[in-house]
Amino acid sequence: MDKLVAMILAGGQGTRLGVLTDNIAKPAVPFGGKYRIIDFTLSNCANSSIYTVGVLTQYKPRVLSTHLGIGKDWDLDRKQGGLFILSPYTASSQGEWYKGTAHAIQQNIDFIDKFSPKYVLVLSGDHVYSMDYNEMLDFHISKSAEVTIACIRVPLFEASRFGTIITDNVSRITDFEEKPIKPRSQLASMGIYLFNWNLLRQALVKDAKDRGSNHDFGKNVIPALLSRNHHMYAYEFEGYWRDVGTIHSFWETNLELTYPMPDLNLYNPNWRFYTHSEEMPPAFFAKESEVIKSLVSEGSRIYGKVNESVLFQGVEIGKGSIVKNSVVMTNTKIGENCYVENAIIGEKVIVKENAKIGFGEERENAEFPNIYDHGITVIGEEVVIPRQIIVGKSCSIANFLDLEKMNVSALESGKNLKGDVRN
Amino acid sequence: MKVLGLILAGDKGKALGKLTAKRASAAVPIGGKYRAIDFTISNMVRSGIRKIGVITQYNPRSLMDHLGSGREWDLDRKNGGLYILQPYADENGMYWYHGTADAIFQNMTIFRRGSEDYVLIGSGDHIYNADFNALYDYHMISMADITVVTKSMDGYDPMLYRVLEVDEEGKITKLEEKVRKPSGNKINLGIYFMNKKLLMDLLYASVPNGKYDLLRDMIVSNLNVLRIMSYEFKGYWKNVKKSVMEYKSINMDMLNPEISKELFYKNGKIFTKLKDMAPPKITPTGNISNCIVADGNIISGKVVNSVIFRNVKIKSGAVVEDSVVLEGSVVEEGAKIFNCILDKNVTIRSERVYRGYDEPLVFEKWQVI
Repeated sequence: MDKLVAMILAGGQGTRLGVLTDNIAKPAVPFGGKYRIIDFTLSNCANSSIYTVGVLTQYKPRVLSTHLGIGKDWDLDRKQGGLFILSPYTASSQGEWYKGTAHAIQQNIDFIDKFSPKYVLVLSGDHVYSMDYNEMLDFHISKSAEVTIACIRVPLFEASRFGTIITDNVSRITDFEEKPIKPRSQLASMGIYLFNWNLLRQALVKDAKDRGSNHDFGKNVIPALLSRNHHMYAYEFEGYWRDVGTIHSFWETNLELTYPMPDLNLYNPNWRFYTHSEEMPPAFFAKESEVIKSLVSEGSRIYGKVNESVLFQGVEIGKGSIVKNSVVMTNTKIGENCYVENAIIGEKVIVKENAKIGFGEERENAEFPNIYDHGITVIGEEVVIPRQIIVGKSCSIANFLDLEKMNVSALESGKNLKGDVRN
Repeated sequence: MKVLGLILAGDKGKALGKLTAKRASAAVPIGGKYRAIDFTISNMVRSGIRKIGVITQYNPRSLMDHLGSGREWDLDRKNGGLYILQPYADENGMYWYHGTADAIFQNMTIFRRGSEDYVLIGSGDHIYNADFNALYDYHMISMADITVVTKSMDGYDPMLYRVLEVDEEGKITKLEEKVRKPSGNKINLGIYFMNKKLLMDLLYASVPNGKYDLLRDMIVSNLNVLRIMSYEFKGYWKNVKKSVMEYKSINMDMLNPEISKELFYKNGKIFTKLKDMAPPKITPTGNISNCIVADGNIISGKVVNSVIFRNVKIKSGAVVEDSVVLEGSVVEEGAKIFNCILDKNVTIRSERVYRGYDEPLVFEKWQVI
């Protein structure tokens, strides 16, 4: 795969993840007990022997850049190729924020040219999936394609959330519709595009000159190429792929991992997922602990009851506490006799004794019913939850709020606590 | 202060029987994901040592595999870093090490080449978490020529250790070799700190004359000439190669929250080779109590008072009690083990029951039972 450069779009905010992406980009959101979302794409690259990877960052990149480092954890610290973080830049005559996905790649044409690749693989850092890109490349070559779009079959009623692809009987793309109201096809684009570089280069230069364009692959570049009758094919992917773009899908996809035989196999020795993680001793389960159907990461110390939950590294669950159907992120401490249900708790949160989270009546979120739905309560990073407080269902608490100092004594279901966004 | 670290890691650890049949005692797995040598290397690195020589001899494959380039301990450096020092053969013969002093003597080049002023000698078999900066300070303030790290004898069997007699000031006055009723009350931990030039002189004075033991022939024999001080280490310290019982009990000690906090957090972390495995999963039939469970495990059975290493599968209906299960082992459906040690990649077939009585039952690597 030395003729191929992968470009990962990792600049998105992911607005529907609420407080989870207030301070970090969506690809940096923690997932699955020790990973961050981008680890899946990076590991797929490493496992597919793609060793030249550009990561395009924009929105709040600090955590993401720290996580990636020089790419050592994914074997991407190379003498030839390797991992490159490509942030927006200014220059004397051009240079600005990335205005769209295509613009982001267009701004880095020089970078790609340096490797003179035959193919460029455009990936998204927002998805959790397990995929061998070699198979897609083989398909691309066998069809003599100029562009191949990976797609996955979704139920028709969900197809309107995606770019949908209409193909003929040899998988050649005949039409492409970005988020159609009335979808004509079940094939949804996964946001994974394989281009012949010379064609993509031309298309990007052309698109950049078009003032009316949004500089987006799905909205502009792909339809434009299609209208010019290029050889574009749909590669139908049949493995595991999830867009964890909403609070509910994020929560559900995490909890799916606790099932006995989940679709995403994290334990496959031939397809490992790599991450940058802290060195911690193995998890400790005390005598009085009761843990079933859960993932419990290194450094955790469990004294209470945990059921169907994903606990990240260094999480402590105190004596007599109950944690159910929840995702608890790195280094969060839950005190004694607490109750946590249907919650996503961010990093380094302190929950003091006898507090209850996700407790009370079901009620729709007052302000953001589209973000905080399904009764899931989301607590941002480094929040302090005082003792004996009750936090209801479908609530959200912004990052860095100390409820003890704020003298909050309860938070009813459906309410949000907002704070200043700290940078 | 520039200090060179030397780790003696060539011992077979006979007392560990099957566990050291194919590995040196420094490479013995411990505490769910570590190898014994991780503790000493991490202690040295955290105390500012940037160049470490590991002296190997007995079956070093597993140890070398573990250490690699030293990257996990930040020892893949352009300056300094990790040096593996092993015995070699040339046209005149083979040079197996005759003893601790000889092992160091044969690797004198590392002293000549380096610019370090001091040498800290440790052993790959020790389980402890120490900040050696305190030792350097003590060495300076007490104006010692050599500082020997010791520990109060309480709780240790004098028959297994070398005992030192120490006067009120802290000077070492006498050595007793593994006797039943020693007059001294400090055990020797095998950790020494001294000036590099002094160490080189002492080595030249003893090894060519057939004196091969570091403590007896180079240190104790100079008690009247040099100022040899005892520095007492107060924390948790165990030697992994004393017996199978002891090996198991060290693993079990890590279930004690106080000991595990001291070992893994107090002075900083213990680093080891990363394996990139998913967090352990406890399935609906799993039941865990008082255990350490490492990454990559899938637990569907009942596990009590045990230490479970990485990538272990405990199938449903299986019972693991008072046991240590090393990496890659499988306990199949309905099998039961009590007081056992499973070495790496052991498979216990379904419905089998094994119980260790006085001593834990040890299953050798790759056994299928």
